[in-house]
Amino acid sequence: MIDTIFALGQGLFEASWWTGLAWPVLWALVKVVLVLMLVMGLVTYTTLWERRLLGWAQVRMGPNRVGPWGLLQPIADALKLMTKEVLRPAAADKVLFYLGPVMTVMPAMAAWAVVPFSPEIACANINAGLLFLMAVTSMEVYGVIISGWSSNSKYPFLGALRASAQMVSYEIAMGFCLVIVLMVSASLNLTDIVAGQGKGYFAQMGLSFLSWNWLSLLPIFVVYFVSGLAETNRLPFDVIEGESEIVAGHMVEYSGMSWAMFQMAEYANIWLVSVLATIMFLGGWLSPIDSVVFNWIPGFIWLGLKSFAVVTMFIWVRVSFPRYRYDQIMHLGWKIFIPVTLVWLVVVGLWMQTPWNIWK
Amino acid sequence: MSTTTSSSVAASNGSSFSLKDFLSSFLLSELFKGLALTGKYAFRSKITLEYPEEKTPLSPRFRGLHALRRYDNGEERCIACKLCEAVCPAMAITIESDVRADGSRRTTRYDIDYNKCIYCGFCEESCPVDSIVETSIFEYHGEAPGDLYFTKEMLLAVGDRYEDQIAAARAADAKFR
Repeated sequence: MIDTIFALGQGLFEASWWTGLAWPVLWALVKVVLVLMLVMGLVTYTTLWERRLLGWAQVRMGPNRVGPWGLLQPIADALKLMTKEVLRPAAADKVLFYLGPVMTVMPAMAAWAVVPFSPEIACANINAGLLFLMAVTSMEVYGVIISGWSSNSKYPFLGALRASAQMVSYEIAMGFCLVIVLMVSASLNLTDIVAGQGKGYFAQMGLSFLSWNWLSLLPIFVVYFVSGLAETNRLPFDVIEGESEIVAGHMVEYSGMSWAMFQMAEYANIWLVSVLATIMFLGGWLSPIDSVVFNWIPGFIWLGLKSFAVVTMFIWVRVSFPRYRYDQIMHLGWKIFIPVTLVWLVVVGLWMQTPWNIWK
Repeated sequence: MSTTTSSSVAASNGSSFSLKDFLSSFLLSELFKGLALTGKYAFRSKITLEYPEEKTPLSPRFRGLHALRRYDNGEERCIACKLCEAVCPAMAITIESDVRADGSRRTTRYDIDYNKCIYCGFCEESCPVDSIVETSIFEYHGEAPGDLYFTKEMLLAVGDRYEDQIAAARAADAKFR
């Protein structure tokens, strides 16, 4: 269907400047706008879902006053933030201070370029998708460091210091998780990684959800999820914000939309990590059981449902656990996760050399 | 963690290797217990009271907006004894009195400044004729400082309007007084 629309647009004019240059560029822009709109919509309503869920787990109701079930609450919040003044401390570096939020939100959005929503829907179906993701999401930490440094204030500086250590540490464990997924699926292309999960012993029996990577790589799935929590600075690893110690970390001096951009980046990152967890461990757009009804549901709905479940897990973890102490975070990252992933890398590597290799 | 401590010390403070502890932490059993607890609570019925639609029950002794009461024949109760003015810890009450044409002692001015009032209820306690009372009205506001300065006429109006409620609250509480 996507290809027919593309071909239809290409047939509008016969000229080579249109078919070769203008239309492909326009087409790419349309896709970018659509994906960004989707992400922004998800971000706004995830804030509401988070607040409702936090409320429910605390035996209260959460915001339910603005619109039916509080559905207009995110709109009201956005309006409030847009009408607020964007303050800048006199001692802050003007260029870097405004660059910080942009640098934070930019990678969170750019990473969506390679995310496949179903076998044929993706902004860019590139061969090195996984590598691109690793590269782009690593940029995230610069935004936090720049904003913390340029605020020229104590708490933001402490927040930036913590961010630089924590996000770099968990990047490594996360990278090893991706390496293991790369090993078993023998591809850096995200579409191929999903397709590779659709075959295997259980998939032939019709129980394809048991063939997905989450079961065969269970420890790695857990490590990936927890590293994802740390990478997105979510509780219980949110010492970067650490509101009880350093107020809001790198966000202290920001107000209005410049602050909202950090929030957008946080929630866009949560969705990104969730969608990636779904693509790499939970079978992406594949239906869990090989039945007529389940196969009839379009792939992007399965992807959405699974990612939503992972996002809900993020919030559930937030409401359940207290914050880690900073040295415990470092301990977990360097002394537990990196050894576990390294050992598992060797185990999976050896396993693949044996006749019992299940990932062929 | 403490790799340098000797084995005897390690055993005594319980940090020696135990398979049970190792499995418990490696399988995240305590984390799952925590998740199960919050998950259970998420489906409980909520204790939130949705305020404008639902309200908490109020005691007959609730101390809200003041009112000046009248007797059944329409005569105002207040005899300008000024006990409430004397007892008021916030000095929110201002009373001036005079002899009325029929020779009875009455107030010419009875003001309560709600910017000062702390709703302690001493005025009500001290009143010998149950004239100044506190009602269970708490949903009122002023948009300028002067709006919260209540005069005698305003307080009598409150009393006239809510007399049924006030009398019912007094009756409910009578056997405890």
